[in-house]
Amino acid sequence: MELSVFIVKSIIILAVFGVSLLIATYSTWAERKIAAFLQDRPGPNRAGIFGLLQPIADAGKMFFKEDFIPRQANKWLFIAGPSLAMLTACMTSAVVPFGDTVLVNGAEVTVQGIDINIGILYVFGVVSLGVYGVMIGGWASNNKFSLLGAIRAASQNISYELAMGLSIIAILMMSGSLSLRTIVEQQHGMNWNIFFQPVGFIIFLTCAFAECNRTPFDLPECETELIGGYHTEYSSMKLGFYLFAEYINMFVSSAVIAVLYFGGYNYPGMDWVRESLIGGLGLNWGHNLATLVGTMVFFGKIFFFIFFFMWVRWTLPRFRYDQLMNLGWKGLIPLAILNVVLTGAGLLAGTRLLSWVLILGVVLVATIQAGTARKRTVAAGRLSKV
Amino acid sequence: MQSGELSAFGTILLFIIGGILFFGVAMLTARLLRPHRPNAEKLSSYECGEEVAGSAWGPFNVRYYIVALVFILFDVELAFLFPWAVVFGDHKLDVASGGLWSWYALAEMFIFVAILALGLSYAWVKGHLDWVRPQTRPSDWQSKVPAQLYDRVNEKYKSSR
Repeated sequence: MELSVFIVKSIIILAVFGVSLLIATYSTWAERKIAAFLQDRPGPNRAGIFGLLQPIADAGKMFFKEDFIPRQANKWLFIAGPSLAMLTACMTSAVVPFGDTVLVNGAEVTVQGIDINIGILYVFGVVSLGVYGVMIGGWASNNKFSLLGAIRAASQNISYELAMGLSIIAILMMSGSLSLRTIVEQQHGMNWNIFFQPVGFIIFLTCAFAECNRTPFDLPECETELIGGYHTEYSSMKLGFYLFAEYINMFVSSAVIAVLYFGGYNYPGMDWVRESLIGGLGLNWGHNLATLVGTMVFFGKIFFFIFFFMWVRWTLPRFRYDQLMNLGWKGLIPLAILNVVLTGAGLLAGTRLLSWVLILGVVLVATIQAGTARKRTVAAGRLSKV
Repeated sequence: MQSGELSAFGTILLFIIGGILFFGVAMLTARLLRPHRPNAEKLSSYECGEEVAGSAWGPFNVRYYIVALVFILFDVELAFLFPWAVVFGDHKLDVASGGLWSWYALAEMFIFVAILALGLSYAWVKGHLDWVRPQTRPSDWQSKVPAQLYDRVNEKYKSSR
């Protein structure tokens, strides 16, 4: 390995780390601004212009707050909980392909922390490790609310992990590879997976919300029932780690959604952009600039999904626990199994579009149900009047 | 792979070390900066201001345990499906077997998933997937305010809405 390649690679690793931390930091600001916008109020606007220094002020507060470990708690596990949550959150962004390649001295360097051949399995595994952080922290607090929050989180995450895995399998059947980079490269141009896997996308999106413990699935930290949920006893930096880990997870899941279903750094007309840039600026600069454009498009997609996460948070109310379990086990898992079977049959028949049949079926069933439900309430209304 | 080159999981290790360094430094800095004045009240567990009643490390609802058990079953299914999904559309295998490979793989998966779907439906029928729905009891409390008062208020503000 040449020295320049090594330097570029280490810059990329540092950049991946820094970018995910920076985006997570500014997600907290964006969340408050978007919440403010949706609720028709100004939001943070004192620290710096547009309140842009607010995340830094928050971080400062985290550093200076007193931190205490409850007497009854298990001290080491109490510290291990947030650390594990933070660590697993930091590890996932390593395999996300942020862009195509960069040419340095004639050598191609991929804009990605590392391209491992089992990328999606790695993401899947690390994400499922994430629940240990919540579980350990909640249990170690030795507080009834924390314990309830922790077992809720564990139960919810494992339930939605299944549907998530099954929706990924449908993608893998089409791509035939576990590497995230290969999956992205197959979606060249406008050949995005969303057009072939609409059901998988909806299932994956729902499960991503549940895995990140975001509204409408934020029962582990449901403040109306459980005070602060699993982080009731946490304060200062450790609380900050839990909240920060949540935002990093949100960033990573937005990135994975963009990679799996929305073509990553691919966009329509990318070949034309690359050709004309190379024609104007020469191979080196042209190629690198084209990669930069692709990376920016990818970040655009990520920001859209982060916005979507926040939009949903301030739009939908929280699920009840039995509804959550019903949706996971009786709704999403059978749907995901059907999706896998249909995708397999479709691939055998030579079409990738068979998944749409499922969408049509679901829409049909929902329409019929909505129609009969209305009739039933009308009939009940007539009965009560008589 | 050449010697001296970082292997794929070596980079992952770098990321893990980076993560540990990040939270280690943050924790240490916070520890140096923040005040430390604990007292008995601060160190007691939070129970809405009441005296702490016992430990939380007791038994909890058995349903969480059942969910975990059913999860294990399906997680193993997933672990088997991942490698299957990767080789399912393999063109080389398809050509080598004269186009039979995909049919064989699909049929095999159908049987495998069907057995597991049977397991899911068993758990479903047996009610292991049912979470207890909160029973809301209507209150038997009778308001002394006559209902027509509310109607009058509603009538009054109807136009402004």
